[in-house]
Amino acid sequence: MKARLKVWRGAPGETDRYERYDVPYEQGQTVLDGLRWIRVHHDPKLAIRFSCINANACKECMIRVDGKTVYACTTRLAEREMTLEPLPNKELVRDLVTEIAPPDERLSE
Amino acid sequence: MSKIDGPKPMNHLGCDVLVIGSGAAGMYAALAAARAGSRVLLVDRSLIGRGGATVMAQMTVAVALGEEVPDHWQHHLADTLNAGRGLCDEALAQFLCEQGPACIRELDAWGVGWARRNGHISQVQAPGHDRPRCVYVDFVNTGPAVSKTLRAQLQRTSGVRRTGDLLITELARRDGVCIGAHAVHVASGRQIAIAAKATIIATGGLTRLYARNSASLNMGGDGYALALAAGAELLDMEFVQFFPIGHLAPRLVGMDPIMWDPFRYKLGGRLLNAERREFLGEEGRYATARDHATCAILKEVADGRGSPHGGVWLSFEHCSEAELRAAFGPIIDRLAANGIDLTRAPIEVAPIAHYHMGGIRVDADMRTAVPHLFAAGEAVGAANGANRLSGNAITEALVFGRRAGERAAALAAVTAMPGVQATAQTVGTKRDMNPAAEIVRLQALMNQQVGPLRTQSGLERALEHIMRLEAQCTDIGRPRGAFDAEWLDLHDLASMRLVAECITRAALARTESRGAHQRADFPQTSVSWQRHQRMRRGEQGLSVES
Repeated sequence: MKARLKVWRGAPGETDRYERYDVPYEQGQTVLDGLRWIRVHHDPKLAIRFSCINANACKECMIRVDGKTVYACTTRLAEREMTLEPLPNKELVRDLVTEIAPPDERLSE
Repeated sequence: MSKIDGPKPMNHLGCDVLVIGSGAAGMYAALAAARAGSRVLLVDRSLIGRGGATVMAQMTVAVALGEEVPDHWQHHLADTLNAGRGLCDEALAQFLCEQGPACIRELDAWGVGWARRNGHISQVQAPGHDRPRCVYVDFVNTGPAVSKTLRAQLQRTSGVRRTGDLLITELARRDGVCIGAHAVHVASGRQIAIAAKATIIATGGLTRLYARNSASLNMGGDGYALALAAGAELLDMEFVQFFPIGHLAPRLVGMDPIMWDPFRYKLGGRLLNAERREFLGEEGRYATARDHATCAILKEVADGRGSPHGGVWLSFEHCSEAELRAAFGPIIDRLAANGIDLTRAPIEVAPIAHYHMGGIRVDADMRTAVPHLFAAGEAVGAANGANRLSGNAITEALVFGRRAGERAAALAAVTAMPGVQATAQTVGTKRDMNPAAEIVRLQALMNQQVGPLRTQSGLERALEHIMRLEAQCTDIGRPRGAFDAEWLDLHDLASMRLVAECITRAALARTESRGAHQRADFPQTSVSWQRHQRMRRGEQGLSVES
């Protein structure tokens, strides 16, 4: 069984695009599991921000899945195509990574 | 001299005290240094107060408050030393137990919200303790509450600049003295030089080295790698604590895999093998120390009495729905969302890499062997010996963090501002490997050969692989640009490889079994091995001394 992830790729000043990846689907797997699988098996350049992996404690893996803002670590994979995009209201860093730190906790402020 | 607020793009930062890592140890260190008058720069490779282990800690904190029953730090110390199997640094362990109450009460005053019962702070009894001593925040919210409270205090404290997305790649030294650090700003890929009068490593442990771990992404031991490269000593690297009852199945998302611990404090919970028999002799209580429970579970699995996914069963089926609801609160609903109903079926648990007893060698002032370099929290070695007592990790983070901050500030007050040159590294060359995949391979190998049960042949096999990786991990250069995920993995692979070598060499050298270090080929604890192993990095590579 496969789940298909359609992932937005790009960075400011680069041509952006969607790339599609088929990832193994197992009951209970999450979108973050799928993204980590892609990095290990296809493309380690794929940029995602996460820290706690599974505990929903760090709140860093916030992205858009099918147009809804969610945590990748608690959103289950489904046996269909899912569209993953960076948060639209945050400054883009690369791929699914956006600038989500409070302004006074960033380097450039 | 460079100022904290420079013009853009600024590739230099300066501060009195640089704190690396923003878990409980780093945040408390930053607070203590700022209270003592230092200008502090608190950096984290992740976001401030969100990465690291503290925010994930869903369990309890050991401290001799005497709120539940009379207690004294000496009783806490006796339990800590006993759990440490003869290998605790007694001065550090005593400091932890003695200063714990002051730190816990300070957090209470800051509104952390320790659970209360009949008007006093509630304390529960965890395995290895002689009395109810462990405080917590309901429901499984201890770590997030501690993290949030310290972060709120930092925001109220002037003199602390907090900067996330800043990965320290090397400590800067002049004439052997630590004068700051070199960093990569992850979000932009820029290289940053940081001048600091004193530096504190508060980067936590190394449990990401194992396939089954309860760690966050940034627990790959990079603080140990930084310390080694700067000339500091590491102690007792072979002692990796496996938490015996990490969640195994069914798949559970949105919860820390060590979540079952506090519920066992409250409800007992029966640990059963495939024959549905309690094999620890606990009779529903929760009393077995972590090292013993881990071995017992692995033995059940090895003898063919494991659960379907290779662990054992943890059952709360003897509890009524009302009891479960009272103990678990809203967690019951989160479990239901994962398809788990504790009244109807047990779950599967198995040992999971959880904490590292070894670490950077410090004195009671948290000073390393490198002048002007301090360490705090889990990054520090030997306070917990060969096996950490339940609940000592957050206490240690707070107590050691506060002390490191105070001592670093005092040193900074009498130190002139150093200058640190920016490095101009080139972009790393293309390698014929996927570093994310290599990390997964290393984790699998460490779990299998350098995990809770070890043999000489397994350790040697692991070391062979680790040494073959070395050539792939040198001269990684700088990132290609903003959030270069491949470069980040390569950086992590390099420090994980080095730290894996430390653990494996130390484990090979220790020809006995003690606490978390169990050798199938040397099952006895040996009196002659009641000593620490020190590790340094020299011209000839790593050296181990005991």
